[in-house]
Amino acid sequence: MSIFKHHAKVETNVFFLAVGILLTVIVGGLVEVVPLFTIESTIEKVDGVRPYSPLEQAGRDIYVREGCYNCHSQMIRPFKDEVERYGHYSLAAESKYDHPFQWASKRTGPDLARVGGKYTNDWQVRHLMNPRDVVPESVMPGYPHLMRALDQSTIVGNLTTLRIVGVPYTDEQLKNAKAHLVEQATTTAGAESAIAKAYPKAVVGDFDGNPQVVSEMDALVAFLQVLGTMVDFTTVDHTKIQR
Amino acid sequence: MSTNTDAIVYNEDVVKKFVLAAIFWGVVGFLAGDFIAWQLAFPVLNLDLEWTTFGRLRPVHTSAVIFAFGGNILFSTSLYVVQRTCRTGLFGGDGFATVVFWNFQALIVTAALTYVLGFTQGQEYAEPEWWVDLWLTVIWVCYLIIFAGTIMKRREPHIYVANWFFFSMILTVAMLHLGNNLAIPAGFFGGSWMKSYNIFGGVQNAMTQWWYGHNAVGFFLTAGFLGIMYYFVPKRAERPVYSYRLSIVHFWALIFLYIWAGPHHLHYTALPDWAQTLGATFSIMLWMPSWGGMINGLMTLSGAWDKLRTDPVMRFLVSSVAFYGMSTFEGPMMSLKAVNSLSHYTDWTVGHVHSGALGWVAFVSFGALYYLVPKLWGRKEVYSLKLVGLHFWVATIGIVLYITSMWISGIMQGLMWRAYDNLGFLQYSFIETVEAMHPYYVIRATGGLLFVLGALIMVYNFIRTIKGDVAEEAMQPSTAGAR
Repeated sequence: MSIFKHHAKVETNVFFLAVGILLTVIVGGLVEVVPLFTIESTIEKVDGVRPYSPLEQAGRDIYVREGCYNCHSQMIRPFKDEVERYGHYSLAAESKYDHPFQWASKRTGPDLARVGGKYTNDWQVRHLMNPRDVVPESVMPGYPHLMRALDQSTIVGNLTTLRIVGVPYTDEQLKNAKAHLVEQATTTAGAESAIAKAYPKAVVGDFDGNPQVVSEMDALVAFLQVLGTMVDFTTVDHTKIQR
Repeated sequence: MSTNTDAIVYNEDVVKKFVLAAIFWGVVGFLAGDFIAWQLAFPVLNLDLEWTTFGRLRPVHTSAVIFAFGGNILFSTSLYVVQRTCRTGLFGGDGFATVVFWNFQALIVTAALTYVLGFTQGQEYAEPEWWVDLWLTVIWVCYLIIFAGTIMKRREPHIYVANWFFFSMILTVAMLHLGNNLAIPAGFFGGSWMKSYNIFGGVQNAMTQWWYGHNAVGFFLTAGFLGIMYYFVPKRAERPVYSYRLSIVHFWALIFLYIWAGPHHLHYTALPDWAQTLGATFSIMLWMPSWGGMINGLMTLSGAWDKLRTDPVMRFLVSSVAFYGMSTFEGPMMSLKAVNSLSHYTDWTVGHVHSGALGWVAFVSFGALYYLVPKLWGRKEVYSLKLVGLHFWVATIGIVLYITSMWISGIMQGLMWRAYDNLGFLQYSFIETVEAMHPYYVIRATGGLLFVLGALIMVYNFIRTIKGDVAEEAMQPSTAGAR
């Protein structure tokens, strides 16, 4: 067959072979990736999704650092059992400020996309210290090292970098990042605070029971407590998020 | 142009180094995997230290087996094969390739240390931070120069089919690595120098990650290792490749279709449906070239099937191709949305990966190593073929334990998650499904232990081979043909 005869050209010239390979492998990625940036319905138009507060983002960085994604997903699929177990199925909009995304691919432990508000701060801290204290059958590691002080020196730089990749932090938010961070971890729950205005629905409080130090534990629990709570699904027009 | 083969000087010193590194990292990676498998069965093994939790050690395992073991196997075999099939030494000689070798080993150690210390990009199989990524890019470009440069100075008119596969692996992995690691280091803006944020977030990041992640499997662990199949199976069988035309169709169809399959990792997620459907469609189409390749590999044995009985090295190579066929059937099946709704997030996926990784990638690597080590160190054969046979059976039993336990635990967990009682309530709490996994995690870890044991048998065999020993049984006249 003639097509096989012509193949001799690519298998006798390394340049033709390279160009042929590159053209062949580039197509699929272009077709699948580029439209995600151009088709408007890719990310649903819902209210409530905001950038993470400085303390929450610091907690998210710890979540990434500890490799929580190796065992926990943050992506509820639109099935009856998942919606009953975890809550409303996840929207693309809910992770639009997640760099990197943490949908993950394995549930050795439960999904965490809507874990926010499901447990008390105290439960979260005790569970992270030693999961078997509160869930005897758990196979999760303990994380007692999270009680150390949180490194606050990089938070402004980290948020600035996130702004460059597309997270809409305001100048005001960047300027006050450090103050917001400390405030969220030291304000008594229910008290008036600037953080609630800058970051609606942010959970405040001394999470780890140690008011002297803003710890990594404070940050991680603040992050867990906001997960999945930003969108109020009672006010969402369901025709806009149908899948 | 000289056709005198005696005049060709092959650069084998550096190939030897890559072979030894592959064996070393293989054992390290298998051990790390088995350790974290035991952690899931007995969480006390996490030791409550920040450096030894499952979350930090799993990337050490995946990177060690994929990039350290797999990578060194690919370096050693591709640099061996490209010289032999082009009948010329390496471009840049031993020196250039040796620089690549030491940089690559140092990079592996660095990446592992950064994971353990908590520096990670948080994307599966692309965990190394930005500066490690840049270092790898430089190493990879040097590899490309050596490989393509060697092809350019070949003394054969045609580029052999194994080299197409190696070459496509090198080029595509470069594209994927750059595309998925576009990140801004926070250090430039007053943040940490050890931290970066990917320029893509959310749904777009999910797509680029699995475009990368699936094709790390498709090119690093498939196309590259098919290159190994196309050289070492015919060599060991002493038969030509079954069909030249099939290999052309196999090659182009495989590399075209593979790239599209990524979205099947994101079924029923917030990724738009059109992308999921494309991913599933191409995954199913991918079944065809995959089996075309398997047939080309297996049928190369025609007229030499008796070797399967007499040559345990051949047994490794042929079984690897059979495992390849099995995983490339299971994969498209799991990419069907209905099947995926059950299998996703469960151990079934883990079992599927390992039937490919242990059965295909590791077995074809062992076959190639058993061929290469005696060749490179100037021995007639490995120290003991009997031990090769033992390695084969110990490892095979390990794989069978591994994948069957993961099938059972995965399907069981998927069914338990969606089970309702007759009052209409979810029947099981999540923790009940975790509890139910325990016996299967023990079986899986035992299977993994057997696989490690098999690798240690291989190490012993190679030490004796390199020392120049010959086992007693090999000195006897072969009785394998007789009953």
